[in-house]
Amino acid sequence: MKGRRRTVEKKKKAKNKKENLECWLMLAPFLLFFVVFTVIPVLISLPVGFTNFDMINKPDFVGLSNYKTLFLSDRIFIRSIRVTLIFAIFSGPVSYALCFFLAWLINELPPKLKTIFTLIFYAPSMANVYTVWQLIFSGDQYGYLNSILLDLGIITSAKQWLTDSNYILFVVITVQLWISLGAGFLALRAGFQNIDRSMYEAGAIEGIKNRWQELIYITIPAMKPQMMFAAVMQIVAAFTADIAGRNLVGFPSTDYAAHTIMTHAFDYGWIRYEMGYSSAICTVLFIIMFAANKLISKLLAKED
Amino acid sequence: MSKNKKLKASSKRAGTKISGTIAIFVFLFVLGVFMALPIYLAVVMSIKPSQEWFIFPPKLYAIDPTLDNFRQMFRDAGKLWVPFSRYAANSFIVTVAVTTAQCFTASMAAFVLAKGRFKGSKFLNSIIVISLLYQSNVIYIVQYMVIAKLGMIDTYLALILPSVATPMGVFLMRQSISQLPDAMIEAAKVDGADMFRICWNVVMPNQKPALMTLVIFAFQAAWNIQANTYVFNEALKTLPTAVAQAAAAGIAKQGVAMAAAVFMLIPPVTVFMLAQKNVIETMAHSGIKD
Repeated sequence: MKGRRRTVEKKKKAKNKKENLECWLMLAPFLLFFVVFTVIPVLISLPVGFTNFDMINKPDFVGLSNYKTLFLSDRIFIRSIRVTLIFAIFSGPVSYALCFFLAWLINELPPKLKTIFTLIFYAPSMANVYTVWQLIFSGDQYGYLNSILLDLGIITSAKQWLTDSNYILFVVITVQLWISLGAGFLALRAGFQNIDRSMYEAGAIEGIKNRWQELIYITIPAMKPQMMFAAVMQIVAAFTADIAGRNLVGFPSTDYAAHTIMTHAFDYGWIRYEMGYSSAICTVLFIIMFAANKLISKLLAKED
Repeated sequence: MSKNKKLKASSKRAGTKISGTIAIFVFLFVLGVFMALPIYLAVVMSIKPSQEWFIFPPKLYAIDPTLDNFRQMFRDAGKLWVPFSRYAANSFIVTVAVTTAQCFTASMAAFVLAKGRFKGSKFLNSIIVISLLYQSNVIYIVQYMVIAKLGMIDTYLALILPSVATPMGVFLMRQSISQLPDAMIEAAKVDGADMFRICWNVVMPNQKPALMTLVIFAFQAAWNIQANTYVFNEALKTLPTAVAQAAAAGIAKQGVAMAAAVFMLIPPVTVFMLAQKNVIETMAHSGIKD
C-alpha cells in the first residue's frame, strides 16, 4: 500500500518535472527575444534617470538631481502632468466605454455587417491621416469645420482651432478618441465572438429577458480577461498620448496646451539630447501608469 | 437555406427583437459615418487634382478625380537610390517573417503562461504587463546598442528580430486562453498528449478569434517597420521609408502625401478583412452546429 503510494507520487513528480521542462521549452523562443530586445533595454534604461547622459559622453551619476529639478523647478513639467491627467481622464474612460459598447453592439448584427462596422471603427487606428484633421480644423475659412460653422451661422469668424490654447486640448482629445478604437476594441470584438452561444440559450431558459440582462449576467462575466487587456491598452494609450498632439497642433503647442508628459520626454530626449532627464520623466510617467493600472485592475476584479 | 439556419439559431436567444437590431444598426451607421469621414476625405484628397485644393468652400468630393497623385508617388519613389520593387520586396520579407514569428512564439508562450503549472509563471505574467506600461526614449538607444553588439546593423535581422516577441501579443493570447476550462487540458493530458501537442492540437483550434486578432496587430506593426536607425543601406529599407521620401515636404505635394497614406493603408485593410471574415464565419458555423 505504502510502496504503491510512493511510486504514484514518484510518477507524479516525474510528470510534473516533465511538464515543467516542456513549459520552459515552449516559452524559450518568446523569452529569448523578449529578454534580449525588451527586458535588457528596460533594465539598462532604468538607472539612466539618475545620470546626466548626452548620448555622446558616458553617463555621469548625479543622484536624485534630475528628479529634484523636475518637481521643484521645471514648471512646464508640472504643467505637462496636468495636461496628461486631464487628457487621460477625458479620453481614457470614454474610449474604454466606446470600445466595449461598440464591440458589443456590432456583435448583435448579422455577420457581413459585423466585418464592415468593425473595419470602420478600427480603421482610424491604422491610418496616418493627421493632415486631414489639420484641414478639418484649419484656422482659415478653408478649414472644413470653420466653413460649416460659418455657413450655419454658429460662429461669425473663423476660429483658430489649432493655435488657440482654449481649443487645442479639445481638438487633440477629439482626434485621440477617434484613433483610440484600436487594440482594446479589437480584442473585445474577438472576445464577444468567442462566447459560447449555448450560454445564451441556457440563459433564455433561466429567464433572461432582453439584451441588457444578457450583457450583464452572461456576457460581461465571460469577458473579464478581454476587458482586462483592453483596460491596460487604454491606460497606455491615454497616458502616453503625444504623437497625435505633435502632429496636429505642432511642437511646442501654444502655451504648452497639448504638452503631455510624453511630449516633455520627447523634447528633452530627441531635441535637447538630455537623455538622463528624459529618462527621469519617463520613470515618473511609469509610476503614474503603474498606479492607474493597479487601481483599475482592482475595480475590474471587484465586480465579480 | 443558410438564412433559415441563422433564424433558427437566433430564435433561441431571448428577447433579441428585430426592431432592436435595426435600432443598433441605425445608431452604428450614424456614428460610423462620422468615424469614416476623415478617411473618406483622405481618399478624396488623394484623387483630387492640385487645382481643386483651394476651391472655396471646400468640397467633400473630387470634381475631376485623377490618379495623378499616385502616379507621381510611384514616379518619385522610383527615382530613389534603389528600384521601388526592392523596397516592396523588403517590406514583404519583413512583414511575413515578423507576423509568422510573432504568432508562433506568442501562441506557445501564452498557452504556457495561461495553463502551464511551473514556477515563475506568475512572475512572468506580471513582467509582461509591466513591460507594456514602461515606455522610455532610452530603450531605443539601448536597443540600438544591443543590435550593434550582436553585429546586426545593416542586416535584415535588425528589421525582423526586435519585433518577434511583443508583450502585447502574449498578453492578448494569454487572456483569451485563460478562458478555456482546465478540464479540457487535463483530459488531453490523460490521453497522453504532451504540452506541445495540447497547445497546437487542442487549444489553438479554439483560439481563432484571438489568433486572427494577433495576426492583424502583428501585420500592422510589421508593415510599418522602418528601423532607419538600425539600417543605413538603402537596399535594405522598407516601403514606409520610400513612400515617406516620395511624399516629403511641401504644400504642392499634399496630394502625393495623401496618396501615400492611402496606398500604405491598403495591405493592412486587406489583411484585416480576410482575418475578420475568417473569424466571424467560423464562429457563426460553430454557433449553429450545437
